[in-house]
Amino acid sequence: MHEMALTQGIIEICEKYAEGKKVSLVEVEIGELSGVVADAVRFCFEACCLGTLLENAMLEIVETAGIGCCLDCKTETRMKTIFDPCSACGGYSISITAGEDMRVLSVEVEDED
Amino acid sequence: MCTTCGCSGGTSDRDNHEGNGMGSHSYGNGHHHHHKHDHHHGHDHHNGDRHDHPKDHDSQEKREMKRSLIRIEEDILAKNNRLASFNRALFREKGIFTLNLVSSPGSGKTTLLERTLNDLKERFRFAVIEGDQQTDNDARRIAATGVPARQINTGAGCHLDAHMIMHGTEGFDLDNLDILMIENVGNLVCPASFDLGEDHKVALLSVTEGEDKPLKYPHMFRNSTVMILNKIDLLPHLDFDVEKCREYAERVSRGITIFELSARTGEGMEEWYQWLDSNRRAR
Repeated sequence: MHEMALTQGIIEICEKYAEGKKVSLVEVEIGELSGVVADAVRFCFEACCLGTLLENAMLEIVETAGIGCCLDCKTETRMKTIFDPCSACGGYSISITAGEDMRVLSVEVEDED
Repeated sequence: MCTTCGCSGGTSDRDNHEGNGMGSHSYGNGHHHHHKHDHHHGHDHHNGDRHDHPKDHDSQEKREMKRSLIRIEEDILAKNNRLASFNRALFREKGIFTLNLVSSPGSGKTTLLERTLNDLKERFRFAVIEGDQQTDNDARRIAATGVPARQINTGAGCHLDAHMIMHGTEGFDLDNLDILMIENVGNLVCPASFDLGEDHKVALLSVTEGEDKPLKYPHMFRNSTVMILNKIDLLPHLDFDVEKCREYAERVSRGITIFELSARTGEGMEEWYQWLDSNRRAR
């Protein structure tokens, strides 16, 4: 369950940027090949937010697809796991080009006027 | 307040950090603090890039709530990676070769360490960090070899992170150290994501576990540059297919270095020692 530690990381990053303001919405990118289960992050998020600037904030997770480039035949291939073979030549020499990232993309904060 | 990582803990050996129940105990010699470097916790703040977009549906009876969007685009592991880079730079500067041993529980990490330390402790100056959720049993086993050992209890945590290693190494005399062994929490999932500042992640797989572990836990094996197949003395009693296992490991981690050995009988240990020796020298 390292999703708990990662979720705490998400909250830490958000609080740093929110500078004391209440956060209403958090947008997070989780790549398909990052090894992190988006649903587990959703599960942890509510619990981890209690008592922070993110309490009651909405969480939006953008799940990005895994893509690799075959080092042998140079074909771009869709990857559902990190050891999928190349869709063209069947080889395993693939450099993953997308889908490994885990990033906090943005937060929406409440400004009182 | 720790000036290196900004945590609220002091630098004394028995402090708890993070308030997450993580505790640590040290064994052996040396109590030198070494976080004396200047380094910048540099990260970009893009706070300027904000624009308002009020949402009517929330304006209700109270004053209208204005909301602004702050673009961040920061890696969730950025803090751990930053602290890992600091550890790595420190270990390089001190000429310390560092290994992060990962495996499922019961693969024989501690037994491999005990044998390695007993056989090589006259040749290299070792120190060991032991990570477990609870108990200091492993650190006691290591301390019995005479090598300085420190136990980190992660409490509910399922992995070691760079911050724990940063403070976990404080009790060691880093100026008089050749090889630092970090035995991670027995878990083939979570430790894969957390760089500690090591030179190599070394994945242990015992032959009683099944040859398809590299495919079942691909993140761990992909992030490992070395795989040790342990308990090969049991092969005659098992259906474990060594060649298949090697092929699977190579499939998820191209060019992975593989050793076949038995930490119990000592078979195959010499190759592992030679690898340690040549990599330590390359440092």
